Amino acid sequence: MAPKYDVVVVGAGPAGSAAALTAARAGLAVLLIERGAYPGAKNVSGAAFYGSRLLHQLIPEFWKQAPVERYVSRRVLNVLTETDQIALSFRSESFTEPPYNAWTVLRPRFDRWLASEAVRAGATLLTDTVVDGLLWDPSNRQVVGVKTRRPNGDIEASVVIACDGVNAFLAREAGLRPPADPHQLALGVKEVIALDRAQLEDRFHLVGQEGVVQEYLGGLPGIRGGAFLYTNRESLSIGVIAQIASLIESRQAPYTLLERFKTHPAVAPLVRGGVVVEYAAHMIPEAGYDGIGEVWCPGLMVAGDAAGLVLNAGIYLEGMNFAIGSGIAAGETAAAVLAQGGPGGQNLRRYRELLEERFVLADLRRYRKAPSLVMAPEWQETYPELAAEVLRAVFTVHPTPRAKAGAIVGEVLRRHGRSWWQAGRDLWRLWRVLGR
Amino acid sequence: MDPVAGEPPESAALVADRLETVKFRVDSEPHIRVDTTRCQGCELKPCLWVCPAQLFTLSGEEVLFSYEGCLECGTCYVACGLKAISWQYPRGGYGVMFRDA
Repeated sequence: MAPKYDVVVVGAGPAGSAAALTAARAGLAVLLIERGAYPGAKNVSGAAFYGSRLLHQLIPEFWKQAPVERYVSRRVLNVLTETDQIALSFRSESFTEPPYNAWTVLRPRFDRWLASEAVRAGATLLTDTVVDGLLWDPSNRQVVGVKTRRPNGDIEASVVIACDGVNAFLAREAGLRPPADPHQLALGVKEVIALDRAQLEDRFHLVGQEGVVQEYLGGLPGIRGGAFLYTNRESLSIGVIAQIASLIESRQAPYTLLERFKTHPAVAPLVRGGVVVEYAAHMIPEAGYDGIGEVWCPGLMVAGDAAGLVLNAGIYLEGMNFAIGSGIAAGETAAAVLAQGGPGGQNLRRYRELLEERFVLADLRRYRKAPSLVMAPEWQETYPELAAEVLRAVFTVHPTPRAKAGAIVGEVLRRHGRSWWQAGRDLWRLWRVLGR
Repeated sequence: MDPVAGEPPESAALVADRLETVKFRVDSEPHIRVDTTRCQGCELKPCLWVCPAQLFTLSGEEVLFSYEGCLECGTCYVACGLKAISWQYPRGGYGVMFRDA
């Protein structure tokens, strides 16, 4: 007997809802399973959404109906030391016009809306349901459905799409990904801080629905990671991201790091007077291309965080667009395979090919060396400190003759035990990984 | 609740205040189980400080844990070098309920 569902999608986050929407539009019978009481109940990210053009292709002018917060008109890259801040701010009028470039969103609301679009396209949404494992055919070679934690909870499907998030229990059960590794996973802790709207717009120089995304590198001794601060309509999202291995080694607690970041002299005035309305935590798969493993096996495709599809390259930290991009590719592959008739589901190689051709794996491949480079101690601590010392010397005025920049850099390098040659080589490495 | 080793004593308050902002629907069945006999052989005990909800505490030599305030990130079982923590998702509809209120 043919299974009741062509496709079972596990997890109604951006990957799952995009997959369900795509498959349902192609006429497939789709079941979208969510363990929370509503889609978004378990979902956490910054959340800056860099997929405006991508989602616009799927749902034209989505921003007119979706619960988005602010479009990102300005990005600020910050380098912090314990006392200093270096910032590079970029604002573009081109970011303020449709189809926009990026948005800040609040995930419980945004994800709930995206799942409702999948339902509108014909998918069936089943909430309050945990999937504990995969159903395999008798030969144990093909996934034929999922086991839910409900009485008689087995659900058969021609194709299963696992979008169950960073813990990736289903992909690991299928042997597609190695066990979770504290060097490949970061913990993000975050607060949403309510702030009066007029005060927020004044404080961040925003007009109308404009928003700003600020990223921070450095300032967290012993931690491989960074921090962020995003503006929502009437709140801020602020958080710290730390590789779990670095939390273990440095014996630092995530909430202490968040507190330290919030009280940094460059950050404290931005959050002053705000009220914490929600605290959240979530892991992030940060290893990039080399941490992915395989994304499919017969009967199963893995998308989004569950497949490790996060771009982590210093100036970029993006996940939701990669989730949606992979979800679309999985939905398309299911539709193409099942349209050929027959049992389908065995050969889902096309999914990997689509990801490699499109930005999802093309970008991760291009930046495959970035995660280890941006986590290296010289870029986490040495150069932020060095750059701040140089600028401090350049801008500090004494009533004595001043040194020119070259002499200052030479002196600072010497203090840090680095030669010009070493610094040049490090810069060249950075350029090779991020720029060339 | 004992403060975390190596952390200033106010860390417990830091977490408690934050957890008050989070909505939970607590199940009667725990979704975290710890084989505490393995913890006795663990000198480092990273669970005591990596958990963002500080659910793991020390009472004398013994590791105590609770599951009610779990933010469901998974960091504890990833950080546990002795694989003493078995962690699964709470029952459907239970556990943390993020609202971004």
